[in-house]
Amino acid sequence: MNKWRIRKCHGNWATLCLFAGILSALLIAAPAFAGLGEDVRSVQADQAHMQGTLRTTQNAAYTVQEIKSPTGTIVREYVSASGKVFAVAWQGPWLPDMRQILATYFEPYQKAVQAQGNSRAARRPLMIEQPGLVVESGGHMRSFAGRAYIPDMLPEGVRAEEIR
Amino acid sequence: MKFAHAIPMIAACGILLLAAACGGRSSHPNKITTTGSNVQAIAVNSGPAGNYANGAFTSVTVCAPGSSTCQTVDGILVDTGSSGLRILSSALTVSLPPQKASDGNPVAECLPFVSGYTWGPVQTADIKISGETASSAPIQVMSDSDFPVPTACSNFGTSRNTLTALGANGLLGVGIFAQDCGGACVTTGPGNPGLYYECPAAGCVVVGESLTQQVPNPVALFAADNNGVILELPAVTAPAASINGSMVFGIGTQSNNALGGATVYAVDANGNFVTTFSHQPYSQSFLDSGSNGLYFLTSSITGISVCPDASFFYCPASTQTLSATNAAATGSPSGQVSFSVANADNLFSNNSSDSVFEDLAGPNSLAGFDWGLPFFYGRNVFTAIEGKTTPSGTGPFWAY
Repeated sequence: MNKWRIRKCHGNWATLCLFAGILSALLIAAPAFAGLGEDVRSVQADQAHMQGTLRTTQNAAYTVQEIKSPTGTIVREYVSASGKVFAVAWQGPWLPDMRQILATYFEPYQKAVQAQGNSRAARRPLMIEQPGLVVESGGHMRSFAGRAYIPDMLPEGVRAEEIR
Repeated sequence: MKFAHAIPMIAACGILLLAAACGGRSSHPNKITTTGSNVQAIAVNSGPAGNYANGAFTSVTVCAPGSSTCQTVDGILVDTGSSGLRILSSALTVSLPPQKASDGNPVAECLPFVSGYTWGPVQTADIKISGETASSAPIQVMSDSDFPVPTACSNFGTSRNTLTALGANGLLGVGIFAQDCGGACVTTGPGNPGLYYECPAAGCVVVGESLTQQVPNPVALFAADNNGVILELPAVTAPAASINGSMVFGIGTQSNNALGGATVYAVDANGNFVTTFSHQPYSQSFLDSGSNGLYFLTSSITGISVCPDASFFYCPASTQTLSATNAAATGSPSGQVSFSVANADNLFSNNSSDSVFEDLAGPNSLAGFDWGLPFFYGRNVFTAIEGKTTPSGTGPFWAY
């Protein structure tokens, strides 16, 4: 996507990166929750939890904070202009810590999964489509991919297909 | 398939195309091998919970290593999408020795699946299937009670450790990987994904686990016929209560498991190949007998509505016949696949006592095409294990 640009820690961004570094140091004791629905500052907590490297890209409507874990799994957190994580997506050989990235939506997510334990037992991709929460999760051993978002929090003009 | 049924299919695909090139299914029925010391009967039915749709089940015998103390467990789901034998604690009566870490503590495993995890001790068994034996093989016993579930494990989601949640007494993972985790779990440090634990009384902690101690694809440990499996199931043209087929061990190792004219599709390091639909390639696509339908893309891409009461199935107004192309992860070879998507609500409500549905399908969001068990109906599908030699090259690959 050529309209995106990748922010790196040099040139004009050095000051910002320094600021981010100080911020993340200050955040060691900060957010109790991280991930979906939380403040952008929670991304730093997720990065620390995953012991991952962070890469930031942005377009007009949102910023993507991409955390790459040493296990090879990538988590992308979509942050709106107002600083809220409105979506997360994951991809890689291992499932991410779902409680960490779904934050306060983890419990509703679990309830929805259990509610689908229906009349037809089956192993299949997971599709939870509720008014307040969408979670889609698929793949197999050593290859997982999925996304979760809060429909009401999608910035105007942003389509769910962009979250990946 | 009877010839009368083949006519419309040929017509639909174009008069000039041979039926074999249209969808990859020959107009002749696939041959199902029923005899041989490397042949295990499998059946698609409602399973031990009585409510499974499109699950291939078999039985597996586990014995305390080197002994005649054995138990045959039925209702085990045959899963080419994972590796390793996992049995519900509630279905296991034979006593098996626990695996011990080097410091003597028992080992347990947390295995994440798409919607949750299985948890429980790693134990050692002689695994006997048909005439084949995997001696002293680690297996996972699925149990939430032997050791408390670590937080990092329950953070993956919901426990799959019950018959209700699993719909099976266990999983027989006969996929492309030789072990469930592989090299990542041997390491210590942040690159370890945290599947294996040792469990002293103080609580379970993540541990590095050698490849030989990890839960293996049992086929890889057979003395012979250990380079892969073939699933052989008949074609299905209407919903059915059950169908019978075979799981044949080995590829090109016996007279009954030759590749013949099957096309070999290499897979990538993560176990995926490429499915192209409407000119768009999806590189995280895979074959998986343990998925119970054909799961692909989303409503917005396919134009097929999901069911009003179950967004995980498609519910078109009338059955749709679609076409896609599968290709090796390396790009070639490739071959066309035709498949059908029926209205899942109607399938279930009109055939409430059936368990075999060849056109059950649903969305799959980001993960490309998940070609579940209906793909296997009418095809003999070969799964070659990583690093194992076959007459058509070294695994991993799929062939059909």
